[in-house]
Amino acid sequence: MSEQKVFTSRLFGPLSFLFEHRATRWSSIAALILLMAVAPIVFGQYATVILTNALLYVVLALGLNVVVGYAGLLDLGYAAFFAVGAYTVGILTQHFGINFWLTLPIAVCAAALAGVIIGGPTLRLRSDYLAIVTLGFGEIVRLSARNLQITGAASGLSGIEQPWLFGWHIARPIDFYYVFCVLAAIAVIVSIRLANSRLGRAWLYVRHDEDVAEAMGIDRVKVKLAAYIIGAIYGAMAGAFFAVNLGAISPESFSFTQSVLILMAVILGGMGKIPGVILGAFIVILGPELLRDLGSMRLLVFAVGLLLIMLFRPSGIWPGRNAQR
Amino acid sequence: MGTFDIITHQLVNGLVLGSFYALVALGYTMIFGVIKLLNFAHGDLYMVGGFIGFLALSAISSVVGGAWPGIFVAMLFSMIAVGCLGVVIERVAYHPMLAAPRLSILITALAVSLVLQNTVLSLTQGQYTAFRSDLGFGGINLGSLFLTYNQMVLVAAAAVLMIALQVFVTRTQYGRAMRAVAIDKDMCELMGINVPAVIGVTFFVGSALAAAAGTMAGAYYGSIWYFMGFLIGLKAFTAAVIGGIGSIPGAMLGGLALGLLEAFGTQIPGIGSEWKDVFSFAVLILVLVFKPTGLLGQSEQERM
Repeated sequence: MSEQKVFTSRLFGPLSFLFEHRATRWSSIAALILLMAVAPIVFGQYATVILTNALLYVVLALGLNVVVGYAGLLDLGYAAFFAVGAYTVGILTQHFGINFWLTLPIAVCAAALAGVIIGGPTLRLRSDYLAIVTLGFGEIVRLSARNLQITGAASGLSGIEQPWLFGWHIARPIDFYYVFCVLAAIAVIVSIRLANSRLGRAWLYVRHDEDVAEAMGIDRVKVKLAAYIIGAIYGAMAGAFFAVNLGAISPESFSFTQSVLILMAVILGGMGKIPGVILGAFIVILGPELLRDLGSMRLLVFAVGLLLIMLFRPSGIWPGRNAQR
Repeated sequence: MGTFDIITHQLVNGLVLGSFYALVALGYTMIFGVIKLLNFAHGDLYMVGGFIGFLALSAISSVVGGAWPGIFVAMLFSMIAVGCLGVVIERVAYHPMLAAPRLSILITALAVSLVLQNTVLSLTQGQYTAFRSDLGFGGINLGSLFLTYNQMVLVAAAAVLMIALQVFVTRTQYGRAMRAVAIDKDMCELMGINVPAVIGVTFFVGSALAAAAGTMAGAYYGSIWYFMGFLIGLKAFTAAVIGGIGSIPGAMLGGLALGLLEAFGTQIPGIGSEWKDVFSFAVLILVLVFKPTGLLGQSEQERM
């Protein structure tokens, strides 16, 4: 197999044949775009809201996938970065009256800074320490949001204004659906480009054998930190649009359960595989809609699913041509 | 209250809280010692221990009463049941994963934790359950300090359990095997030690200690719910790290240290009780960054 083929099969599994040749690649992309564009018209408003939520999770899961799937670091507090993005936008637009689009770069910087603060000192530690530190960090962010005045304490921020884009007021559910479509598309493209970059190969190396990677001249702390910051930026972007979509944010949106759901999306579908992660995000969001009758049991179903996946199929639901990798 | 009263009062609070942390931290540290796994489900075993203790107490309180003697019987029952649960978890979920990449086993441990939590969640509908017992509110006055009997019994019970553990680990065959496995598993195998059995015993003892803490905490605070293991799991891990992970006296020391730190930390002006948890997580992160080996831990060699 050529290098390109190995790469696509790693990322796309059995669907990789669609992306190997130029003609099939562009036609399958066109078909996908058409499908996404007509979906809200076909399925109606309720489904549009659910699909928007699923797309939000696609972005979040792809971001966490950079950390967990690419770099092999377990992050149990990913919702913290989601919160940083949402609260940065909420506070700047509400208290300071800054235009939403101008807050985006600030949210990205804030998330990157948070990534450095938490990742910088801890990435040298054992991987299980990192997991628990991120868990603690997630709780610190949530509790701070709940205790501080500027974040609106327990009730959070509400009345966050919906943005305008060149005279288009992004306000209706269908508007946000298309915005999230674009966001998810960007997230997918960036993920593909990242996996195929020098950095992506360094992650692969570090994930498989840290010591050998180090011996080959890869600065493992630096590449791990890069994964951490990129994941944080994904989370912050998702958080920013989440805040304007709902118009209100509260600390409980960023709980440990949220972090776990995002992690489930990454693992259920298949860590490191982009269609797998997208599938996982849809399962996590659409699953509860389909399992509505189960009530409080639905998380139990997910938890058991996660355990079974880990025990019997650690590479996730999405089949890979080389699942043993 | 004068400054001295505040200090003694917080000292007692810190000791009670620290006893719970220490009991749970012991399980973390022992399990970490033998299989180098951070058992995320450990806090949830504490929670399950609380619930089984509650059920056992409800069943037997008509015979032995709902005061401390009854609670101890219920606690013993809960310790055995949760100890067995711990062994089953190790056999079913962790044992097949020991050779897998580290990330996989960590996620498996998280999955076990979620399964336990959500099983109890669906059984209780996520409601708090009142832990009914007949504990009085009596106590003795030491100057201006009011020490309840419950606090005294609780700290004493925790101390007895920890002493028993220390005797078990230092004076018995299994205890010696456990320490040996923690040092070099492969070599133990060659020396004819039944390593899986030792790991099983470690899980049993560690889980039983968490169950003891869960039952006592339920009786002491008067209510239990499915999420009560999450926070204490994190705190106990913090305690284990402060003491030096893998070190049994370290876990006891770390638990008490964290309990006292929290009790006194909330007295610092500007850090109210709403910042209590932030305070202890910040301690965790600082310890991990500046002294990852903890107070009594041995420095870990970088494996190459």
